[in-house]
Amino acid sequence: MRFGIAVFPGTWSDRDCAHAVELDGHQAVMLWHKDRDLQGVDCVILPGGFSYGDYLRTGAVARFAPLMESVQEFAAGGGLVWGICNGFQILCEAHLLPGALVRNASLQFRCEPSWLRVETPDTPWTASLRSGQVLQIPVSHGEGRYVADEATLDLLEESRRVALRYVAPDGSPVGDASPNGSLRDIAGIVSEGRNVLGMMPHPERACEPLLGSADGMELVRSVAASLARQASFA
Amino acid sequence: MTEVAQAPSEKALQEVALTGDEYRLAVQMLGRHPNHVELGIIGALWSEHCGYKTSKPLLKRLPTHGPRVLQGPGENAGAVDIGEGLAAVFKIESHNHPSAVEPYQGAATGVGGILRDVFTMGARPVALLDSLRFGPLDEPRQRYLFDGVVGGIGGYGNCIGVPTVGGEVYFDESYRHNCLVNAMCVGIIEHSALTRAVAAGPGNPVLLVGADTGRDGIHGATFASVELDEQSEERRPAVQVGNPFLEKCLMEACLELAGDPRVVAMQDLGAAGLTSSTAELAWRGGCGIDLDVARAPRRERGMTPYEVMLSESQERMLLVVRRGEERAIQEWFARWDLRSDVIGTITDSERLVVRDAGEVVCDLPLRMLIDDVPMRHPEAVRPAGLDALLARDPLQATPPFDAATALLTLLASPNIGSRRPIFRRYDHQVGDDTVIAPGGDAALLRVKGTTLGVAVTTDGNARYGRLDPRRGAEIAVAEAARNVVATGAEPLAVTNCLNFGNPEKAEVFWQLSEAVDGIAAACESLQTPVVSGNVSLYNDTTGVSIDPTPVIGMVGRIEDVNRRLTPAFVAEGDAVYLVGPVDAELGGSEYQRLAHGVAEGPPPRLDLDLERRVQQAVREAALQGLLRSAHDVAEGGLAVALAECAIAGGHGVRAGLSEIPAIEGPPSLAAGILFGETQSRFVVSVEKESEVQLRALFDQRTVPYRGIGVVGGGRITVEGAVDVSLDDARAAFDAALLEPHA
Repeated sequence: MRFGIAVFPGTWSDRDCAHAVELDGHQAVMLWHKDRDLQGVDCVILPGGFSYGDYLRTGAVARFAPLMESVQEFAAGGGLVWGICNGFQILCEAHLLPGALVRNASLQFRCEPSWLRVETPDTPWTASLRSGQVLQIPVSHGEGRYVADEATLDLLEESRRVALRYVAPDGSPVGDASPNGSLRDIAGIVSEGRNVLGMMPHPERACEPLLGSADGMELVRSVAASLARQASFA
Repeated sequence: MTEVAQAPSEKALQEVALTGDEYRLAVQMLGRHPNHVELGIIGALWSEHCGYKTSKPLLKRLPTHGPRVLQGPGENAGAVDIGEGLAAVFKIESHNHPSAVEPYQGAATGVGGILRDVFTMGARPVALLDSLRFGPLDEPRQRYLFDGVVGGIGGYGNCIGVPTVGGEVYFDESYRHNCLVNAMCVGIIEHSALTRAVAAGPGNPVLLVGADTGRDGIHGATFASVELDEQSEERRPAVQVGNPFLEKCLMEACLELAGDPRVVAMQDLGAAGLTSSTAELAWRGGCGIDLDVARAPRRERGMTPYEVMLSESQERMLLVVRRGEERAIQEWFARWDLRSDVIGTITDSERLVVRDAGEVVCDLPLRMLIDDVPMRHPEAVRPAGLDALLARDPLQATPPFDAATALLTLLASPNIGSRRPIFRRYDHQVGDDTVIAPGGDAALLRVKGTTLGVAVTTDGNARYGRLDPRRGAEIAVAEAARNVVATGAEPLAVTNCLNFGNPEKAEVFWQLSEAVDGIAAACESLQTPVVSGNVSLYNDTTGVSIDPTPVIGMVGRIEDVNRRLTPAFVAEGDAVYLVGPVDAELGGSEYQRLAHGVAEGPPPRLDLDLERRVQQAVREAALQGLLRSAHDVAEGGLAVALAECAIAGGHGVRAGLSEIPAIEGPPSLAAGILFGETQSRFVVSVEKESEVQLRALFDQRTVPYRGIGVVGGGRITVEGAVDVSLDDARAAFDAALLEPHA
């Protein structure tokens, strides 16, 4: 598969994401923020970082990049878009996903392991996983507290669009150990069309046992398998 | 020049930190009075910070050569061969004075500066470390400084996307008015792409790239070369403000240009801004430089040439490019939305010529500015009272608590307890290379595309230095090497940051001289040459100096990261060994501080020959796969080391020291054995099946060792002395740095 990886000024997970997809035998195509051509990629990754310094508000400037116009069109046409950390923030700013990511409840940056429960296999990223499966994937952010109004949260739950939820290592509720205080412990959500995923944790940092966990690779494999199925139907 | 120069006032000389004698020497060399701009430039380049006028004669004693050294001191950073055609490029630098005045920005720009030193060499930064010192953490002002500095380091490092993987922090009265913030950066590069900051080719254009020049940081270099006082707060304008986003763009653009034949040289702008960068770049190549400050983009109107030349605005780089290629290089930077301007040309005049819209405002010989810095040779006097301090016997004092309480108290000490409250605020993973995260002895980074790993650490214990600066410095090197060895890696080379008080005081200069000798001796013995470094003197406030604090940054290599070790006990039933000597030394120990509130008596002994043999034996054991874990025995001694291995692994330990008769002796002697900081030691664990082989190896290497226990259970016990639950130990350890109410 060909994964397009957006590079905004200030993006820093681009090379890590490329490394992760290449480990699984895919091609990584770097997409420069000033370009509009998505080069026919199968899935666009908006990686982590501090795009444009995040000086105004996380992701607020990146959504206006020329590349994002193409990403919007791509998503509208059903293309798979995967926002990780800063990418999730950009997707919310671009209204491809509802809600917002605000300052961590601790008011501090947090870089530590987190445990995520797969809430639904009904997304391309979790199709190969079991509901209730727990993944160990680290977080690294200062503004990862997911917030939305009650109606939106209820809608997300009812339509099974909460893809990943922070939990304790044994799968029980995370409670005070939440890395950021996200409402309803939400770590990742998908769009109505289920083709856009935003998540705060960094799966690309959990793709090799050498780095402490290979659970992130399961998401890469699942989305690649989903793309392969799509291709075989087409 | 139109300005008629005359002798400056005493105040004007003070502002540039020159003595009357130094000024007269400058006049003699020039054959005239320097004008205002020239005086500022001379003051900056002749400052301790840029010119090392006090420390240079001492630094010549350091060993700087070795088979793996690719670049020694004198460049932006040092470089060593790590195999497979790759080099580790690294340096440590202080940002003490700015951090004492404005902790967040002071620390942030310290990180920004050291990153530039490394990517200027063409190397991609892969790791940051920070060595920090503050006053007692229970004082609100110190908590504020600590929080600000940690925030600033995270703010810069997290944003730019270079992982902060290690360092150390100590709290001691000595730093109440002078916190220390030393930042180290390590980069990786192919040998062939190493870029030097050596100008060449008269007629080649000089580009200034990155941030506009503002009034921030003017006189930062001279600010760093005087003592702090009540007025230091007013020097807040001498502290720069960092923009990590801009530096990220600058870094990526410069890394893309590394090894490009169109780029002749790269130099970052650090202390003394345009002044030192232009002068050093030109002089390293035996050239001259002619620049016009009117071509430097400014952040504000009305800036004088003096201000432009001495501004320390951050995130700026200087490039010498081949004549005719400037347009192409400028377009390259424009792709990253970075501004670049041709501000001058390389000449063959060996002079620094500065113009303001064509009019010459400075014309100085570079030799005078760099080679002819007047050296100061202060008197060195051993402090009075030191002998009395050393004569005390630390084992005479009766322990105020039993050994179990002592262990929990030590684990809860801010100098020993868990660093997690700090490093979870730092992105320590970005780059996907962090194999051993912060919290162990050294951090370990894998090198993608190879099996290689690079181990990195910093170390320095000033309480030993207060008692014996030479021994303190030796121990700093030995312990840094031990940290590296504890991961299974081979120590390669050193970068050092010498944090001392005002060297014009004879006692401080003696400390500095002794410490340099100590570093030299230990680096010779352990075959870890010094390839880069930095000196931070004048760490005094209202006349009181800090304890001598040489900080050692060390880099090592491991052939195969899969052979790595951490301190964590791995499995129940494994045997626990102490490698190295047994002794009862409490002088300058953390135990002595907590139990008796003093640092007195002789600091731990160090036999460098034994140290080397112990390190080699442990590394050999790691290489042969005989060990399951390894941990350096440091602050808090053997008992704390055992507890740290147990906490990290989640397995208790049952130890016995019954072979050591003194453990049954008077309580102070037992405390010395359990908590004394005797050097050259590791706690290792080993599978039962490997014990015979391990013993044979240690026998063959003639290093002292003894089996002291077994991994297992939920308690940490030392027979007849200590028995605490693992949970209690962990709770004490985890809370050490947290705010009491949190």
